[in-house]
Amino acid sequence: MATPLKVNRIGLEPQVYKGGKTTLCAGCGHNAISERIIDAFYEMGIDPKRVIKLSGIGCSSKSPAYFLGGSHGFNAVHGRMPSVGTGAMLANQKLIAIGVSGDGDTGAIGIGQFVHLMRRNLPIIYIIEDNGCYGLTKGQFSPTADLGSKLKTGVVNDLPPIDTCALAVELGATFVARSFSGDKKQLLSLLKAALAHRGTVMLDVISPCVTFNDHEGSTKSYAYVKEHDDPVEEVSFVPFFEDISVDYEPGSMQEVTMHDGSRLFLKKLEEAYDPTDKINAMKRLHETARRGEFATGLIYIEPDRDDFLTQLNVVDEPLAKLPLERVRPGREALEEIMEGLR
Amino acid sequence: MSPTDLAVQEQQASRNQQRVVNDFSIQIATVNGSGSQTANMVLLRSILLMGVPVSGKNMFPSNIAGLPTWYTIRASKRNYIARKKEVDFLVAMNPETAKEDVLTLEPGAAVVYDEPLKLNALRNDLVFYPVPFDALVKPVCPDAKLRRLVRNMIYDGILAKMLGIDLGLMEKALGKQLGKKAKAVTLNAGALKAGWDYAESTFTKQDPFFVEPMNETAGKILIEGNAAAAIGCMLAGVTVVAWYPITPSSSLCESLITYMKKYRIDKATGKATFAIVQAEDEIASLGMVIGASWAGARSMTATAGPGISLMGEFAGLAYYAETPAVIFDVQRVGPSTGLPTRTAQGDLVQAAFLSHGDTKHIMLMPSSVEECYTMAMEAFDIAEQFQTPVFVMMDLDLGMNNWMSDGFKYPEKPINRGKLLTAEKLKQLGEWGRYKDVDGDGIAYRTIPGDGLPVYFTRGSGHNAKGQYSERPDDYVENMDRLARKFETARGFVPKPEVDTVAGAKIGFIGYGTSHWAIGESRDQLREETDVKTSYLRVRAYPFNDELASFIDAHERVYVIEQNRDAQLLQLMKLEQTPDRQKKLRSVLHYNGLPIDARSITDDVLAQEGFEVAKKTVRTAGSSAGMTGGE
Repeated sequence: MATPLKVNRIGLEPQVYKGGKTTLCAGCGHNAISERIIDAFYEMGIDPKRVIKLSGIGCSSKSPAYFLGGSHGFNAVHGRMPSVGTGAMLANQKLIAIGVSGDGDTGAIGIGQFVHLMRRNLPIIYIIEDNGCYGLTKGQFSPTADLGSKLKTGVVNDLPPIDTCALAVELGATFVARSFSGDKKQLLSLLKAALAHRGTVMLDVISPCVTFNDHEGSTKSYAYVKEHDDPVEEVSFVPFFEDISVDYEPGSMQEVTMHDGSRLFLKKLEEAYDPTDKINAMKRLHETARRGEFATGLIYIEPDRDDFLTQLNVVDEPLAKLPLERVRPGREALEEIMEGLR
Repeated sequence: MSPTDLAVQEQQASRNQQRVVNDFSIQIATVNGSGSQTANMVLLRSILLMGVPVSGKNMFPSNIAGLPTWYTIRASKRNYIARKKEVDFLVAMNPETAKEDVLTLEPGAAVVYDEPLKLNALRNDLVFYPVPFDALVKPVCPDAKLRRLVRNMIYDGILAKMLGIDLGLMEKALGKQLGKKAKAVTLNAGALKAGWDYAESTFTKQDPFFVEPMNETAGKILIEGNAAAAIGCMLAGVTVVAWYPITPSSSLCESLITYMKKYRIDKATGKATFAIVQAEDEIASLGMVIGASWAGARSMTATAGPGISLMGEFAGLAYYAETPAVIFDVQRVGPSTGLPTRTAQGDLVQAAFLSHGDTKHIMLMPSSVEECYTMAMEAFDIAEQFQTPVFVMMDLDLGMNNWMSDGFKYPEKPINRGKLLTAEKLKQLGEWGRYKDVDGDGIAYRTIPGDGLPVYFTRGSGHNAKGQYSERPDDYVENMDRLARKFETARGFVPKPEVDTVAGAKIGFIGYGTSHWAIGESRDQLREETDVKTSYLRVRAYPFNDELASFIDAHERVYVIEQNRDAQLLQLMKLEQTPDRQKKLRSVLHYNGLPIDARSITDDVLAQEGFEVAKKTVRTAGSSAGMTGGE
């Protein structure tokens, strides 16, 4: 008898969740993120046919070709993926949208669309693969580069960085997290939690550029990030379809119930942290940044706010699939309008 | 005084001796924000209710309150609804412009004015009717705060009396305009009557202008092109709309919101069968439209020139990745911010080739409010059938002015969603490629996220017939050639021109959009005044159809009439016509921000034809229609 194949809860093999072969540099943080995305979608048992992958332009934006080969993808124009994703989700709210952007694609050319995406709470997982530089154009600084960070050429960044997490919290995103491409466990838990959230997920993943920004003097190198990673809590995720009871000492853990019934267990580290407190979240982000460190983990969550489609009060069925009789008013409607104009 | 001036005066004097019935224009000069729009609409509709063909054009500043605005109403027994160059009857309410407004009138014109302005001292060749508006408004509007708004209705009463408009019909028009606002109706009806009574007891008719009942407007509606297009979008089954406010297109989406809230709410659930989003800018608007179309929704945006400029990059993506999009361009005067509240046809070349690389787009060009309605529906079908952006080229004159029209007909055909792959079709094809031309028309089958059919990766980067990333020269050329083939398929498919061939005419006219109305009137002028016969081809879409070449061949000289400086329609034609045909093409251009008028066309054509054209000293009505230095 053949060994039964490993499948997930909807009967699909891991293979189904893979994409094309990556063309990014060996060791690029983005590849590790693609692998975690594959794991998360497999483990959560998401049907790839329901997923849309979106991106802008840059190294990061190439990566949707390297995961979920069975999903539709849209590699849009530089910095404008949020609007394309917004349109797609308005057309069909049954889709699951994952967008991959970079720090230049988001923080520079795309900052306007990023800002308004965060405000709307559109259901989308928005990942920034953040390496502090433009890889595809050979290593220029991006707006998330830290003050004093040095390029290979010796050029020092003298402009303050944009903290995409602080910005997202400020703008009203309902799920804001930061992780590190090298932290498999944390990143996977956050991605699975992202799939359980209904609303905008902003996930900034520090993802070192091995070719242009992994040297001494860079604050986005593997070595620097490992050294300065400062998790706000330890994240464990229990999906809605797993009935696992978690025992914990009162006061040592915060439990958050997600939109789909999944649960997040946030284990407190030395300093207490409540990710549902917006002001506290901003404070922690600023304090950590002042120390030259990165606050990682679930920074902020608001699980219950209405998403954009609910606010727009659209019908439950995908707008794209409504039959003609539901989208073309009858003759009497036109006649009524005409009569009003006579 | 030149001999020409004398000629004009003589002509004018002789005109004064006879009644001028249903053939004149009224210009009302007010300050914007003073509520004159209601009074103007009531006047317009009352003439329509008299059965007389009528048109109204608003010349307003880019400002909310306090700057000069002019509204021109033309009554025309011959159904001429283009702007008339000359003003016959002026209502001077704005102290700032009154003097210039009066000085630019033709002799013999009539002026109703606010008495304290003492305009009668300016000229002795006009008919003056001074009206003490402030004194008249007091007794009919005890609330001093409302007087500013009610005051304008008095000139409607004066005009009704002086021109012979039925006061009952004017009251009916007032009721239509104000609807259920009973208090406002009462107040305004009082002002109307006060104006009528004052005119009756004070003035002796000295001007020759009369409105007399006709039977030409039964069943007609009055509607702005923007609202007409909105109705078309709703009946086309649009589901996702993204827009950014910009004059003169905002009212298209705002009308659409009003209609959709009324007619597109699901009865069972109270939920919307649409999503309308005010985006952060025009770039995001088109991005949302592209995303929505890609995911299978009928989607649109509306904008003006500056928005079109911003949409360039996305327009190229939609062209190359082949996603449908419907984009209304309600054109205004450019370049740059230009004259935001004035009309032009200046975006034609930009829209035709919008974006970098070899890009070309389908454009539809409505001339009437009825075509705004029908072409809105056609635009969605064409965008989906050709999987490409379709630009609907309107202009401010069409979009924001009220036009008389027959009622719109309900669409008899179902919508056409183009080549969507089905399981059955897939079986028949065997192998599917997103950009594979299986039918030879350049149009491939597409799948939609969530439809369960084969997926593909949509991208603006180079791709092969299967939609895979490719930088191969042969893949690139094959794809670009197929896109060109698709455009050629569209040539035979988009709305055909309307051609009126006149036997023996050596001259052909070509125009599009709102120029149509002035062109028709100009052709009559040429025939009746100078015995010059003309044929006419009205372009309704780009790419041009084959009829264009045969029309040029059939005439010795062809005048391309349009509302921009650089002869944009003519330039587009030159790109695809033979040198012999190009030699025949001449230009008539109008680009001062005011809607084109027949007399300007006639004079220009006659001059180019070598006729001695008497250059009238009369300045264009509304030549003063624009303030200066008021930033």
